[in-house]
Amino acid sequence: MTADAIVRVRGLHYAIGGRPIFDGVNVDIARGAVTAVMGPSGTGKTTLLRLITGQLFADRGLVEVEGKDVGKQSRREIYAMRRRMGMLFQNGALLTDLSVYDNVAFPLREHTRLPERLLRHVVLTKLQAVGLRGAWQLTPAELSGGMSRRVAIARAIVMDPELLIYDEPFVGLDPISMGVVLRLIRRLNDTLGLTSIVVSHDVREVSAVADHLYLLSGGKVVASGPPAALADSEREDVRQFMHGLPDGPVPFHYPAPDYDQQLRRVR
Amino acid sequence: MLPAILRELSQSLQGALIALGGYALFAARLFVETPRALLRFRLVIDQVHNAGTLSLVIIMLSGLFVGMVLGLQGFDLLERFGSEESLGTAVALGLLKELGPVVTALLFAGRAGTALASELGLMRATDQLAAMEMMAVDPVRRVVMPRFLGGVIAMPLLAAIFSMIGLYGAQLVGVQLMGVDSGQFWSQMRGAVETADVMEGVIKSVVFGVACSLIAVHEGYHSMPTAEGVGRATTRTVVISSVVVLLLDYILTAVMR
Repeated sequence: MTADAIVRVRGLHYAIGGRPIFDGVNVDIARGAVTAVMGPSGTGKTTLLRLITGQLFADRGLVEVEGKDVGKQSRREIYAMRRRMGMLFQNGALLTDLSVYDNVAFPLREHTRLPERLLRHVVLTKLQAVGLRGAWQLTPAELSGGMSRRVAIARAIVMDPELLIYDEPFVGLDPISMGVVLRLIRRLNDTLGLTSIVVSHDVREVSAVADHLYLLSGGKVVASGPPAALADSEREDVRQFMHGLPDGPVPFHYPAPDYDQQLRRVR
Repeated sequence: MLPAILRELSQSLQGALIALGGYALFAARLFVETPRALLRFRLVIDQVHNAGTLSLVIIMLSGLFVGMVLGLQGFDLLERFGSEESLGTAVALGLLKELGPVVTALLFAGRAGTALASELGLMRATDQLAAMEMMAVDPVRRVVMPRFLGGVIAMPLLAAIFSMIGLYGAQLVGVQLMGVDSGQFWSQMRGAVETADVMEGVIKSVVFGVACSLIAVHEGYHSMPTAEGVGRATTRTVVISSVVVLLLDYILTAVMR
């Protein structure tokens, strides 16, 4: 267990429509580190983020952020907690009727009464940090996937959060944009003194940026540790995921009746 | 066989009751939020503009044609009794009390209502509403309320424009084409139409505005976050709004007669 954990998950159980997603998950997110949560598709990585951010609530177990049990917070307290968090959604989730500038300014306008001059200063500083100060007038429709993701990062850090959460930040990005986002995750974490959680299944990219990995599978944490340790793991399921092997504990074939019998069967 | 039908019937009834309960809770939430939303009137004004301008052309065109048809049909009917001078009164009462609010509401549901539902549905499907939640901004307050109030305010204005253009259309056909005396047309209308008649139309258009806007934002906000879900929300908006408007029209007419 990490001594200074900003997020603590203990014995987490969660099911959707009777289908168990988590069956006793324990996770610690160390303050100041980049922690990655990885696992095959459908293992509940995004669900874990939703449980941490209070969009969903655990059936059993503890989800604690900054020492407070998320499940016991009122709606007002959850909103107060979220003001200290920033989240990057898979597609950026920019507000399509606002310009880049207004998207980044949106949280400030909703939560503060900053004079326009100061607000402009803050917004342009954040856009400069993601390299898009020159794109302030563009609309989301005019941005590439990578640019949208960077604007969303600028919006996520505009309230100076303590915890920054990235949900599949590399999906659909070209190698250059991916490199830019990777560098941003590390640089913002270190220069702004943040704590970052990255949910992804891009092993190589995440291994390059994360301090600590959690590998989820079958509703449990099957492995955790520094990226190098997981890459060298002897466990079959960890090896299959980390090295992208097509067959293994996660079988290539969907369960099916005997091949020969099925071919001979007359319908 | 019979138990299966009964079971299906009870399930449908249960589903309908749950949906109705959902609507009631959502409506209650919107009414509670209304005073706070009015404080940010700039957002509401933007939505009045959106809903109003979206529907303005179709409302004006439809108003003109409905008025022209009323003028033509009314003239044919009244001529049989030799009282074609009453055309202005007949058309005005028909438009102000009935056709103005009802046809405007149906057109509003088809144009602005579907736009509202699909906009909210797409915001849900593209995680924009979830992103707001994560920024500690309540999407009902920031996105739904201004749109709801914008629709409620725009509807009576559009109904008034519809009736006004309709009267002009009826005058165009009755006076200019059929030769009804212009003085008679307008003076009989002014003499016979009372404030209560105008108020009946105003009350109806406000009620229809609340109903159509509520249905549109409810369907859009609660749509499934998929392309199919957004399409279904849009269709349901038109279908439910049309039926509810006609049902409410009968109830309001019966109550206010």
